[in-house]
Parts: sequence; C-alpha cells; structure tokens
Amino acid sequence: MLEGIDLTAILLTLKLAVTTTLILLLVGTPIAWWLARTRSRWKGVVGALVALPLVLPPTVLGFYLLVSLGPHGPIGQFTQWLGIGLLPFTFAGLVVGSVFYSLPFVVQPLQNAFSASGERPLEVAATLGAGPGDRFFTIALPLARPGFVTAAILGFAHTVGEFGVVLMIGGNIPERTRVVSVAIYDHVEALEYAEAHLLAGGMLVFSFLVLLALYSRHARPWT
Amino acid sequence: MLHRLKRTLLSLLTLSGVCCSGQALADEVQVAVASNFSAPMERIAADFTRDTGHRALLSFGATGKFYAQIKHGAPFGVFLAADAKTPARLVAEGDAVADSRFTYAFGHLVLWSTQEGAVDDQGAVLKTGDFRHLAIANPKTAPYGAAAIEVLTRLDLREKLQPRFVTGENIGQTHQFVASGNAELGFVALSQVVVDGQLTGGSAWLVPADLYSPIQQDAVILTQAADNPAAQALADYLKGAAARGIMLTYGYSFAEGAGLCLKGSTLQPSC
Repeated sequence: MLEGIDLTAILLTLKLAVTTTLILLLVGTPIAWWLARTRSRWKGVVGALVALPLVLPPTVLGFYLLVSLGPHGPIGQFTQWLGIGLLPFTFAGLVVGSVFYSLPFVVQPLQNAFSASGERPLEVAATLGAGPGDRFFTIALPLARPGFVTAAILGFAHTVGEFGVVLMIGGNIPERTRVVSVAIYDHVEALEYAEAHLLAGGMLVFSFLVLLALYSRHARPWT
Repeated sequence: MLHRLKRTLLSLLTLSGVCCSGQALADEVQVAVASNFSAPMERIAADFTRDTGHRALLSFGATGKFYAQIKHGAPFGVFLAADAKTPARLVAEGDAVADSRFTYAFGHLVLWSTQEGAVDDQGAVLKTGDFRHLAIANPKTAPYGAAAIEVLTRLDLREKLQPRFVTGENIGQTHQFVASGNAELGFVALSQVVVDGQLTGGSAWLVPADLYSPIQQDAVILTQAADNPAAQALADYLKGAAARGIMLTYGYSFAEGAGLCLKGSTLQPSC
C-alpha cells in the first residue's frame, strides 16, 4: 500500500531530523550554556533571537531563507564563493532551514537544565581544583543529561513536523526535498485521500508516541 | 434555555453582519482565483468595486486545491479556474450553477529567466543550456504545470530534464522560485512576467501554441452563491470591456490559438 515514493519521503524525513538534531545539539549547547550563566546585557537580545522561530510564521523564515540563500542573497553569495553552490532545493538547504526553525526547541530545555543545576556544584569543583573545561564536561554536562534528552526529542520531533519552511525552500523534489509533510500536502491537493490518510495517520501516531515517551519520563518536559 | 442562548447568538451574529442574513452578504462575494490570474484580478476587483459598489474578496491558489476545498464546503461564490475541466466537473457534480460557466480568458505559457539573454526566442536553452533547476508548477494541481509537462513531452525532453525539476505548489510559487534566482529557468504564466504589454525583466520564450493544449480558463458561479447578486455582477463584469482591457495588458487573449508574439520584450498581437 505504501508506495515507493512515500517510503522515500519517510526515510528522507528521518534523515533530515537526525542530521538537524545532531547539529542543533552541537550548536545549541554553547548557546544554552552562555545564556544560562551570562550576566551580559546581550542575554536578552540573544534569548529573544533564539526564541523567534516559536512565534514567527514559518513563511517568514522560509521567505527570508529563500531570498538570503539565493544567488543574490548574502548567504547565497558566500556559499557560491565557497564553491558549494546554492542551498535552496537541496538537502543541505533543508538542514540549514530546519536548524533555524528548531533552534529554540533545543536551546531552551538545555538552558533550563544548566540553570537548574545551579552554580554550587561548579563552585565546589573549582575549590577542589577542577579547571573550567573539566568542570563543564565532568559536572555540568552529566547534571544536564535529562535536559539533553528532552532537547534531542523535541528538536527531532519538531523537525519531523516541519512544513512551511520546507515548502518554501525545498521545491518538492523526490528523494532530496520531498519530506512527509509535503508529500501529505501533495496527496491532499490531488485528492489522493487514501495515501494522505496513511501518511498523516502514521505521523499522528508517531508524534503521539514521541510525546508520550517524553511526558512519561518525568513530569516536567521542559527541564 | 439552550434555545434562547442559540437565538441570542444568532441575532448577535446577524447584527455584526457575519452570518445568516442574505441581505448583509448581498454586496460581497468570495472569489477563488487561480494564481496565474492574481495580478490582473486585483486590478479588476478594484475597478469592480468602484463601478458597481460590490466587494470581491480574493483568494489565490492552485486550481486543483480550490476544487478540493470547494468539495469540502469552502465558502467561495465565484471560481476563476486556470482550466476548463475543473469548472465543468463542479457543474456536473452539482457544486456550480449549470449555465454560469464561461471562458474569461485564454492563458499562455512562457519559459522565463531573470537573466537577460539566458532564454532564446526558440527555447533552445532547454536542449543546450547549462542550468541546474527548471521550475514548473505541480502538474497534478496546476494547469500551467500540466501544460509545461506537455511541452517537454512534445520536445522529447521530459525524461532528460526530470532530475532538474523543482515543483512549485502553484504557479505563483513557481514564479517566486525563478524571480528569487534560485531556479535559473521556469515555466510560468505570461501574465506573471508581462505588464502593460512589456516583459518586466529578464528573458523569455513565448511557447508556441501548438506545443500544448490551449489553456482555456473558465469561471463558474458556485451553487451556494446562486442568489448572491455580487456573484452574478462579477461574472458580468469579467465579460465586459473594462475587465478585458486589463487582461489584454497582461497577455491574455479571448480566442483559441490567438497568435501572440513576443518581439524583444514587447508583446504583439501577431508575429
């Protein structure tokens, strides 16, 4: 029943979500760490920038990505100068869009986790002679582990659920940019409701199971 | 108690003009407009309001999408499709008023690029050109996308160019892919790249009419608006000289196989 094309879309979606989540954990950790500990007056600005995708319609993000990643945009000129060409209509382009789009879903749980463990364990470690790097890797990271699990699950699930940004910069190319949400939209528009139901129902069950796992793990999903 | 609450709610809605009063809706019509026709329709709707006092609320999208929405109760009164098939189907299925269907325009397909000189006047760039992406509208839902596929099939290029396709959800998004420079080439509607009979920029190949079936764009009044005077007024207005004058400047024609010609960047009635 599940056609090859839809199966490809599912695999592509999973690949996109895994790639995006890994990048977000790498990029998001230092941002969250800084936000949790800084007393800089830029904290508000950076915090607001990170949270923007929570409130902006994906069309705003998609539109600016399309323009700035394009041949006349600053990022597009930079990627061309680097020799990697243009990012719209490519898998790499979707990854870039998804990283922006899911950033708050990874940074905020991490930031909360770093804040929740507090200064005290780090100060104690410092008096015992641990350096900054040592303190971060042996104290702060293990203490924030629940936060990392939450961040990874939310980042992954939110990327799977992405639609507007992908529609605007993807170009709906099979095997490269046609993810599940776009495939569902295609089926609905073409009145192929059986196929749409199959994918949409699968998405519903998947999303519920992910959130069930998250919420059953502990009572406060955001920490 | 429940009954009284319902009546209060209804009268409130009626007072605010949102619901249930035929009179309140009489001078307003919601119009589903195929994306290719969005630019001329915005001008026509403004003139329509000025000349008749009625208001037309416009929604733009792919013809196939509107079909699905209308089948599921979308509150449109008039539907300006990008083909003849979809309105005919709505009439056959009882969703549109039988004798209300008429052809408001014939559309034309162009191969367009924002680069000057990138597209030659024979479309040879499709065979020889070094381009990474060719934007087309989704052929399943957008008639201009289906026409583009027809052209490529006739030119025996479909298989070869398929890997370079990027598909817009409708012809509006397809135009955006090209206009932003992300796709070097794209099949778009002539009306999207022509204003006042002049190509607005870049280079274009006006695809010869014998390479694709005529894009006959039909309109219908939907059954739910059969008694809405604004719907009938809009249908009449679209057949009039004022509306046709606007359509002409966007490169629409009113007869099948009209021999339009693009000389340099100027649109001419014949070659």
